[in-house]
Amino acid sequence: MSRREYPTHPLLELTIARLLEFVREPEAVFWVIVFPLALAFALGIAFRTKGEEPVYAGVVDAAGAAEVRAALAPARGIHVRLLHPDQVDRALRDGDVQVVVVPGTPPTYRFDAARPESALARLAVDGALQRAAGRVDRFTAREQRVEVVGSRYIDWLIPGLLGMNIMGTGMWSIGFSVVWARNRRLLKRLAATPMARRDYLLAQMLARLVFLAVEAGGLLGFAALVFSVPIRGPMAVLVVVVLIGALAFAGLGLLVASRARTIEAASGWMNFSMLPMWVVSGVFFSSAHFPAVMQPFIHALPLTALNDALRAVILDGAAFTAVGGELAILAAWAAGCFVIALKIFRWT
Amino acid sequence: MTASAPAVVCRGLRKRYGSVVAVDGLDLEVRAGECFGLLGPNGAGKTTTVEILEGLLRPDEGEVEVLGLRWGADDGALRQRLGIQLQETQLNEKLAVEEIVRLFRSFYRKGPSVSRVLEMVELEPKRRSWVGKLSGGQKQRLAVACALVNDPDLLFLDEPTTGLDPQSRRQLWSLLDRFRARGGTILLTTHYMDEAQALCDRVAIVDHGRVIALGTPRELVASLGAEHVVEFAVEAHAEVSADALAGLAGVMAARVDGGTIQLRVTEPHVVVPALLAELARQGLKLARFAVHQATLEDVFVAHTGRHLRDE
Repeated sequence: MSRREYPTHPLLELTIARLLEFVREPEAVFWVIVFPLALAFALGIAFRTKGEEPVYAGVVDAAGAAEVRAALAPARGIHVRLLHPDQVDRALRDGDVQVVVVPGTPPTYRFDAARPESALARLAVDGALQRAAGRVDRFTAREQRVEVVGSRYIDWLIPGLLGMNIMGTGMWSIGFSVVWARNRRLLKRLAATPMARRDYLLAQMLARLVFLAVEAGGLLGFAALVFSVPIRGPMAVLVVVVLIGALAFAGLGLLVASRARTIEAASGWMNFSMLPMWVVSGVFFSSAHFPAVMQPFIHALPLTALNDALRAVILDGAAFTAVGGELAILAAWAAGCFVIALKIFRWT
Repeated sequence: MTASAPAVVCRGLRKRYGSVVAVDGLDLEVRAGECFGLLGPNGAGKTTTVEILEGLLRPDEGEVEVLGLRWGADDGALRQRLGIQLQETQLNEKLAVEEIVRLFRSFYRKGPSVSRVLEMVELEPKRRSWVGKLSGGQKQRLAVACALVNDPDLLFLDEPTTGLDPQSRRQLWSLLDRFRARGGTILLTTHYMDEAQALCDRVAIVDHGRVIALGTPRELVASLGAEHVVEFAVEAHAEVSADALAGLAGVMAARVDGGTIQLRVTEPHVVVPALLAELARQGLKLARFAVHQATLEDVFVAHTGRHLRDE
């Protein structure tokens, strides 16, 4: 640090102080930067495009089991396990097998229709058994596999993970630092100075933006290197979307932490406000699955707006004009939360 | 503001927290240039009073004027002229001393340089140390440094030396003396009578949210009408009649507090021989015996029947 004898603007000094206390707390750096990247990596691995998944079928060990096994043996990609009748329910529940064949004439298929992989396994097993019983296919269709970069699930997932990270780290880092300062009466001490109160809140938001480059750049760079996820839109648009998105969640973090006296209370409010967005805002699956009456609310949520805008820029190469609506929603969240937080903020 | 105008005036201050009355009709006047002490036990309402004067709490009733200004009108201008140290503020442990001072300095339009402030509180050698690495005394001097960054006209200190070792206390006292030598006004709270006696020009003794005695330490002690206190205990299970002792020549007042008997006396050299003779006559043996000059503690005891640090 230089020996600066006279400080500059309080907003700058508050921002510097916030940045210094952040980087000097290795744990905070880990949870805010390293952990989300590790999480994105793990999720990316879990959801990357894999080869064809085999079907796991169980056959109940009873009269006729040997015939069923023989019938399934020639089918490609079906793994068969012989199950004692007592094991059936448990094996199905745990996902060890996706469908169970009870030998008989005709055989019985036991499976959980709510599990997509079970429904698929039922079709595969049924086809194999029908063919073994003499059914003849009328034709063999040609197949075209979609493995085009930019159209895979991982391509769709990465912008959602980025949005989720921007939400989580923004809210946690600001929420904790504010509640910590309130808890230790540092806020009260600051309120006893002529410091402009908006400067303190603004500094929290500004400090947040500094690490955003590391966070967003890290995740997108990682996705590009490991999963070849493309970035098709103009970089300037992407930067603006990420910045405004981060400001929206920084504002929401301030609002959520504006009155909490304890870390526990703040954590509760954080989870309460983030959980619905994890579910409905299209991180892991499209928000279009929800009923039409919910759609206006879902689209007013900041994470939905951020994810939509990120996908538009990263995957569809959208320009500013194409994400104007989402940017307006995010900016409204940022400004609205900031103004309300400043009004209701508890300093003592 | 003229030189003689008071630095702080408050009248009829009242503050309630639910059913607890923290401040109960408190009046104060702190003169410009003096060091004024609020002395009282924990829970007497000192901190609430000071935080009202600092503009951090709103009183339920009463009027406050600080440096001739009122809270709610031009708070920014008033805050520019105040130095405030709060009880139990924890500054960020991961920031260096100079970084904290620079941050606080940035909130004020005028004031000394960072180095000058660190010199004033003798923390220059520690300027690069993180707050978390400082001793209790150093942390407290840093808290005072944050209150001095604007060269304030009025300094509020809430229990500035609580929990400090004797050397650190004296170091802080001399720092406050230097501030006063430059013409600054101090309002401090303490539950140490020696601190009030050492630092303060005038002291208000506070109990249950009211001022129960006011004056210079010397006046307050003199108000006891006795300059010395004889304190003794007799061996267990013995009854001592306070009335008989109060009747001794030179004894102004006597009180029994648990096993200890206290006599306020004007001339110990006359009272002590008479007292020893009286105890011998009653057939009592001394377990403990001490004579000390009357202090503010004795004033508090005389007014409330309790000690400052009873809690």
